[in-house]
Amino acid sequence: MRCDEVSSSGLRSSSTVIAFLLRRLAHGLFVMLLVSTVTFAIMLASPGGPSLLADPKLSVVERTEIVQRLGLDQPPTVQYTRWITRAVHGDFGRSFLYQTPALETIGTRLPATLLLAGTSLLITLVIGIPMGMLAAARRGSRFDRLVTAASGVASAVPVFWSGLLLVLLLAVWARWLPAGGALTEGSDPGLVDRLRHLVLPALVLASTGCAEIVRYTRSAAVTTLALPFVQTARARGLSGPRILWRHALRHAMSTVVNVIGLQLPRLVGGAAVTETVFAWPGIGRLGVEAALGRDYPLVMAVTLLVSAGVLMASLFADVAQMMIDPRLRTA
Amino acid sequence: MRRPRTGVTVAIVTLAAIFAMAAIGPMLYRVSPAAMDLAVANSGPSAAHLLGADESGRDVLARLLSGARVSLTVGVCAMLLAVALGTLVGTIAGVAGGWVDSMLMRLTDAALAIPALFVVILVLTFLGPSVTTLSCAIAATSWMGAARIIRAEVLVLREQLYVEAARALGVPFGTILRRHMLPQVLPTIIVVATVGVPSAILTESALSFLGLGVQPPTPSWGNMLSSAQTYLTSQPLLALYPGVLIVVTVLAINTLSETVRTGRRG
Repeated sequence: MRCDEVSSSGLRSSSTVIAFLLRRLAHGLFVMLLVSTVTFAIMLASPGGPSLLADPKLSVVERTEIVQRLGLDQPPTVQYTRWITRAVHGDFGRSFLYQTPALETIGTRLPATLLLAGTSLLITLVIGIPMGMLAAARRGSRFDRLVTAASGVASAVPVFWSGLLLVLLLAVWARWLPAGGALTEGSDPGLVDRLRHLVLPALVLASTGCAEIVRYTRSAAVTTLALPFVQTARARGLSGPRILWRHALRHAMSTVVNVIGLQLPRLVGGAAVTETVFAWPGIGRLGVEAALGRDYPLVMAVTLLVSAGVLMASLFADVAQMMIDPRLRTA
Repeated sequence: MRRPRTGVTVAIVTLAAIFAMAAIGPMLYRVSPAAMDLAVANSGPSAAHLLGADESGRDVLARLLSGARVSLTVGVCAMLLAVALGTLVGTIAGVAGGWVDSMLMRLTDAALAIPALFVVILVLTFLGPSVTTLSCAIAATSWMGAARIIRAEVLVLREQLYVEAARALGVPFGTILRRHMLPQVLPTIIVVATVGVPSAILTESALSFLGLGVQPPTPSWGNMLSSAQTYLTSQPLLALYPGVLIVVTVLAINTLSETVRTGRRG
């Protein structure tokens, strides 16, 4: 590629990046609108109504009063219009179950979720990528078969089962680690206490994702290692590790990054099961509670938050892919 | 590929055994999975109860066998529904193109962005948990992958010369779809389907674990694990059996689908 071509493509790319971001933003907003409509419709269609109305102590008058106050007697379209008008202004209403603003309730759970998700992601990447690369480099070896088999088993184990077994082994029998919660109640929790509570849920949550990353990294690296540029590097006399970690890694990552992007939302919204096993006070469990209690404002707020997370993650993945793979930038 | 066959053989034999166990097991092992006998509650393996009895004195083996029916039925039905829906959406999007295509794809994006678990919970509270509704709910949250893959295939097929030739010959569109395009997409559909079963089994067990699946006393592997959680310290074996069955089943199907996939590629 000549010099002027590089600079002109660089120029072109800055304007295309803005156009790309704007397009993604519009697309994202439209998807969020769809998500909110669909969720709202399913929620209102569920019979029974909010669980706070099921309290047998309520008189008919009180119940009617609550229904009117919350606007639940209005037609669905009116309810939805009112919800979305407020939501656009940042008001997601008050949680029925907790009697607090929905956003505030989510805010109290967010740090625990981010801590757990972040740690799991770190474990996933630090173990998954090197294992996948090494397995690909020694394709067919005993190590490769071992890694492939391990990732196969890890993806077949239900997280709640491995969670239960680990609790039994390490918390109940060996008494090395606490069985649940994010910190020891009552005492002043130090860093060590928080870390001890974090170990098991983070490992369990990371296991499935890690298995997936290993498989994708391995298969991407196997493809990459057969490409001409790797053979060129070999012919130039570069060492095996240098080729693997400097040359092949970056090329293989351009596809793996997308898989990581797809995993991010699962770490936040899909962690409900892991959070339940370990009594972890996170967003996933909050969403399940809200859905079970028909807590309309909270369900909507959690759903939109997680959906926004999904869309952001896929945007990040695409941007990261562009940064890794220069061919995508000029397209 | 040094040893491609052994793993596959083991997987096929295991799967056949598990499906046979679910199909005829309850007929051979004639102990009721619902009969309670508090005298033997939480007892270990014995002559009367081969794998012991659970917290209510119900026979564990009988419950595992009848739970296998539930788990496998939900796994297969959910997969069939999801693949059917995904194929439908993908084919329509790919064939129609234009605004229909972009509308359907935005809908797919939205379905991917909604946290699946909440939708399943809402749908299940709406319809009540049973084998049918569980399959529907799981399918409703897992058709998107199939839709995307099928759409991509159809987009490629639509431009193939033989499809163009058929169109030029005046072959009706439905016939082109049925005779020329679907057979080409079929291998892809089969791959998507084999991947779908284990994930549906895992989802079913997770839902049952959260208490949203098939309701007790009907046993499923998931709700057996869920109730075993209470007796984890005194009766750890109760948590072991259903978990091992889930892992073995999922592993066997995954091995097979891996073979189907790589075998296709050449």
